[in-house]
Amino acid sequence: MPKTPSKTTAKTHPARELVFGDLWEYDPAPETADPKMKKKYDLFINGEFVPAKSGKYFPTINPADETKIADIALAGANDVDAACKAAQKAFTHVWSKTSGQERGKYLYRIARLLQDHAREFAIAETLDGGKPIKESRDFDVPMAAAHFFYHAGWADKLEFLAPGRKLSPHGVVGQVIPWNFPLLMLAWKIAPALATGNCVVLKPAETTSITALKFGEICQEAGLPKGVVNIVSGAGETGAAVINHPLTTKVAFTGSTEVGKLIMRSLAGTEKKMTMELGGKAANIVFDDAPLDQAVEGIVNGIFFNQGHVCCAGSRLLVQESVADEVLAKLKRRMAVLRVGDPMDKNTDIGAINSREQLERITALVKSGVDEGAELHQSACKLPTKGFFFRPSVFANVSMSHRIAREEIFGPVLSILTFRTPEEAVEKANNTAYGLSAGVWTDKGSRILKMSTLLKAGVVWANTYNKFDPASPFGGYKESGFGREGGKQGLLDYLKIS
Amino acid sequence: MTRIHITKTPKCYVGGAFIRSESGRVTELRDSEGGFLANIPQCTRKDLRNAVEAAAKAGPGWAKRSAFNRGQILYRLAEMIEARGNELRDALVMGGAKGGDATREVTTAIDRIVHYAGWTDKYEQVLGSVNPVASAHFNFTVTEPVGIIGVIAPDASPLLALVSLILPAITSGNCVVALASTTQPYPSILLGEMLATSDLPGGVVNLLTGFRHELIPTFATHEHLRALSGVVNADDRKTLRLGAAESVKRVHLLKAEETIDWFADGRQGVEEIRALVEFKTTWHPVGA
Repeated sequence: MPKTPSKTTAKTHPARELVFGDLWEYDPAPETADPKMKKKYDLFINGEFVPAKSGKYFPTINPADETKIADIALAGANDVDAACKAAQKAFTHVWSKTSGQERGKYLYRIARLLQDHAREFAIAETLDGGKPIKESRDFDVPMAAAHFFYHAGWADKLEFLAPGRKLSPHGVVGQVIPWNFPLLMLAWKIAPALATGNCVVLKPAETTSITALKFGEICQEAGLPKGVVNIVSGAGETGAAVINHPLTTKVAFTGSTEVGKLIMRSLAGTEKKMTMELGGKAANIVFDDAPLDQAVEGIVNGIFFNQGHVCCAGSRLLVQESVADEVLAKLKRRMAVLRVGDPMDKNTDIGAINSREQLERITALVKSGVDEGAELHQSACKLPTKGFFFRPSVFANVSMSHRIAREEIFGPVLSILTFRTPEEAVEKANNTAYGLSAGVWTDKGSRILKMSTLLKAGVVWANTYNKFDPASPFGGYKESGFGREGGKQGLLDYLKIS
Repeated sequence: MTRIHITKTPKCYVGGAFIRSESGRVTELRDSEGGFLANIPQCTRKDLRNAVEAAAKAGPGWAKRSAFNRGQILYRLAEMIEARGNELRDALVMGGAKGGDATREVTTAIDRIVHYAGWTDKYEQVLGSVNPVASAHFNFTVTEPVGIIGVIAPDASPLLALVSLILPAITSGNCVVALASTTQPYPSILLGEMLATSDLPGGVVNLLTGFRHELIPTFATHEHLRALSGVVNADDRKTLRLGAAESVKRVHLLKAEETIDWFADGRQGVEEIRALVEFKTTWHPVGA
């Protein structure tokens, strides 16, 4: 019993700790630089910004205060057709005739330009999507640039990917990305596609189009040949038009498993190649020998990073029974000092939920958790009166059959389950239709490797969580999708092998 | 007095045992002149489900074998077929192949098995990687078998195509439930007998005979089949992909309407193995 403090001692001599709570408020530290945004964004087709043929626009709002930021052109089927044709023309006449080294040089330029404009991209990302500025500044934008930098170098070295085989690009690739990491997901999609010699038509998520359209400006600035990259904004219908267009012979999708299946069905009668990066319900497994303070930081990062809008979020905490009480106590204490609020404030840990729709979905799932008998703990922080915010939430006493343990919540909501043996942990971790990622916290290297072997997940983080790198392939098992993004493994999905 | 010839009752190889279809149904197998040869089991979706169950039992053990051991077992399979090559050749001739072509199909199939026997302890070094990430982590990517693979073999090159579809799957530790050529199922019956004596654990490869149109819908929707590999027509491709969408199954299908040269070297290799593995990336901390 060395690890759990004796309860009787705790009662008579309460441990002294310094919890300042809201005794002293932080001064606001807002990021105020100019994001250089336009009031109105047109589609980026064939190297130019053009209005939608229908003339329709839809508003995009700041989820932190619900004010309108800009109007975004709504691409219809005929706009998507124009984009696909532009991409095909660029592929046939220019891009397929551009050497690997020259393609790489364009990607290097894009990487550098993203670094040059990093600050304005970070602010635009936070304004449009609601994520804390410290995340868009320190993670999203630098990582997006890193992806272009990494893939740039591959463009003239593709023959090392499949020695002895002939590799060729697909031509036009249709890509549909989600709203949780708008610019980074664009980079994950466009960088490998261009490095392998494809041209792209990309549809950003309807709530987060701005950085994608700003990326069009980067393409112009880089002198990228017209039509190599086309950005068509809109909602589901626009995405369907991209995916079903006869010219897009390869489709790459990141989003929910539900929509992934829909796309798979709609393409069943075609020979299009697909990669799917879908949902997850990752287990983050904490053994009793883990460094618990470090683990608690990892748990917090695993579930509250980007408001939990992360497909690989560590949303199921599996903690060994002997340390469960201690972990929950530490976690509650840590949650009490998480700063929820204005995403533009540099001290904010948790920003705004991306949309009202998502907030409603999270609220409904949390309600189901309470109704099904799990024990809800929420931090007592003050939430802004305007905008979409949700308290960091943790459910204890969750059982495997609860909806909150099975369905992807995509919000700052953690479900805690316990286990006794490593076998039970593996059994519970793998008992899901998903298989995107997992976390393991232990002091034993051999146990890390054993657990990694047994967990049915595409990415396993040991004593860390939510780490990403362009050189590290990312993607899921089972209903979390197929194909990889990043690393040498990610490139082949954009090439035909003969 | 001439001796009465003993005819063989062809049986399917499932779970390491020889079975008839649970349906009790058979189809007549006739030679190219129309003479009666044997009754071939006409397997049903229930037989397919039983085969998947057998594969599920065998799977973890097979995947856990050392790569070296899997290589020895596959090489043993080649040894077993080499010894009975004439029997397979005769089966192919019976189905209409010319003698020389039949011999070539058998020898190519054996050589293909030897090719994959050599891959078992090498593909990982080609497909996997250590990834230079920008943090203090030993980051590496290894492959793992997908699980149980549904294989649908074409009618052309009934032995070589079947072998070419099964081998890359089992090389990496997957299990297979295969539907043999509908028009020429007999080579698969013989192959089952050879698999049974090859040290390959029962259930790793399960061979069914029967009608495609009866079994394709179950191949499409059975959720424990984690990938589909085979040669089918456009309608069946659509059926299989629609079913696959329900559980996000991996699908690698070749077109039955196109001629496939199964003898080509391009029909074997590490890319075929790659199509039926998952990639797993581990971030292991570096430091004291």
